[in-house]
Amino acid sequence: MTVLSVQGLTKSFGALKVSDAISFDLRAGEIHAIIGPNGAGKTTLIHQLSGSIRPDAGRILMEGRDITRLPVPARARRGLARSFQITAILPGFSVLENVALAVQARSGSSFRFFRRAAAERALNEQARASLGAVGLAGIAGRAAGTLSHGEKRQLEIAIALAMRPRLLLLDEPLAGTGQHEAARIGRLIASLKGQLGIVLIEHDMAAVFALADRISVLVHGRLIATGSPTEIRQNSQVRAAYLGESEC
Amino acid sequence: MSARDAVMLALVALLAALPPVLQLLGEPFLTVIVTRALIFAIAALSLDLLLGYGALVSFGHAAFLGIGAYTALILSGRGVTGLELQLPAALAAAGLFALVTGAISLRTRGVHFIMITLAFGQMAYYFASSLSAFGGDDGQALRARSTLFGADVLAGNSGFYYLVLALLALVWLFLRALTRSRFGRVLSGTRENEARMQAIGFSPFPFRLIAYVVAGMIAAMAGVLLANHASFVAPSYMGWGRSGEMIAMVVLGGMGTLTGPVLGAIAFVLAEETLARFTTHWRLFFGAAIVLIVLFTRGGLLGALLRGRK
Ligand SMILES: Nc1ncnc2c1ncn2[C@@H]1O[C@H](COP(=O)(O)OP(=O)(O)OP(=O)(O)O)[C@@H](O)[C@H]1O
Ligand SMILES: [Mg+2]
Repeated sequence: MTVLSVQGLTKSFGALKVSDAISFDLRAGEIHAIIGPNGAGKTTLIHQLSGSIRPDAGRILMEGRDITRLPVPARARRGLARSFQITAILPGFSVLENVALAVQARSGSSFRFFRRAAAERALNEQARASLGAVGLAGIAGRAAGTLSHGEKRQLEIAIALAMRPRLLLLDEPLAGTGQHEAARIGRLIASLKGQLGIVLIEHDMAAVFALADRISVLVHGRLIATGSPTEIRQNSQVRAAYLGESEC
Repeated sequence: MSARDAVMLALVALLAALPPVLQLLGEPFLTVIVTRALIFAIAALSLDLLLGYGALVSFGHAAFLGIGAYTALILSGRGVTGLELQLPAALAAAGLFALVTGAISLRTRGVHFIMITLAFGQMAYYFASSLSAFGGDDGQALRARSTLFGADVLAGNSGFYYLVLALLALVWLFLRALTRSRFGRVLSGTRENEARMQAIGFSPFPFRLIAYVVAGMIAAMAGVLLANHASFVAPSYMGWGRSGEMIAMVVLGGMGTLTGPVLGAIAFVLAEETLARFTTHWRLFFGAAIVLIVLFTRGGLLGALLRGRK
């Protein structure tokens, strides 16, 4: 089954074309990595998939339904979760509350005005489970704003997982994390394989080639190649345009 | 119980004991001044829901105070003096005004939101000025103080005082529950990071609108009390200067803490009364004092108090 189908997505910022008729399909349970040099338009693509930027043309289908015009919260409620390249957390909330809010978003109405939310066991238990999965269970009580950069990245993933998404967009989840944290996040992403569709943007080529089922190469807003890791490694166009300058 | 709750509990206990003490000291008139401070504390609490929890800087909050005051004026002029009728009417009028103006102004953020709420506040001000049947620019004296189920509870200074204190405590309890509920957690979340809240599935708008309506209704309740306190209602109740003073009370006391704005409002009104006795240039000193307190005490008066205790 196809979780995500991107068809002819096009977006310009003034004269700069950042998405140039991008098309690809993501099958359920697969990790589809998108690689490309800085400024290629990867983050802008994620913004369009999540709904925070409107494409100029093209369509986005999630599980067969057109979501091109749906606002961000509506996509999230349909099971689309994302992490941000520049981490976006609730700094004044505790780590646990950051995640509990994501659980709350999919567990009944939030138009409840009197019962204390922090005392809802069901929300907290599910939030703790997500924190455990990313290895942050030990610091659930800390204010999220006081975490290290790497811990904030892990928290973002815990928030996304707590949404129980069917489609997950990760924008450079390993960037800025220490070796230990990166390995842990890598293992976590690998463990999600088969459970949901993941679009992974990452500059760490070793991680990309280890994790991805398919890889697309984005250069100047255009997908110049899509294929299995082996195919991409051997693609001469890709080597010339991009991989040639990196270690792979 | 959190430290904030403890401060509020101690404050209410202190305030409850105040009138007999002032009576003994031969200063019963001070009870009247403190009553005014407590009415503004109710208004400041309502503004804290917007400012402190929703990060919504409303510069038109005095309009709601005015709506409450004019409701009391108009109804008492028609012989309807019961608070049991005046309060629901004021709340309904303010709720409706908040629903309409909120639905428009909450489409914007930041400076635009400040400007639009200011504009709506000024519109309410000029509308009140044009009510010639109710004194126009000059305002009008209240025909009679409000009653409660036929009893003249507001006639005596201490009856009025205790009614206001009880309402203040109720509003504080209500907002404390509201801000800690699921609803309140979403509202605070939008203050922390709107993009994140959207990404997990929340549209901020309905949460903000509900907060705006609730805050407007509570401010209108303070307006009904204020009209009774002055026995007089004028458009100046809703001027933008008054909206600015309420923001100052909230920030002075410590935004987003509920207890802080109560302290801020009391400190503000008492300082105003005291300074005005000593110098005609009191506004200058007062302005300077507020700037210094906001700059040098993180978290306002409540923040300073809690740090001092440790
Ligand atoms: N809102 C915007 N308005 C104008 N130009 C923009 C905007 N957002 C991004 N750009 C430009 O579009 C191009 C693509 O940006 P984008 O952030 O999508 O790249 P990226 O592939 O994610 O890069 P990186 O690897 O550095 O994160 C860049 O040249 C960027 O400067
Ligand atoms: Mg990027």
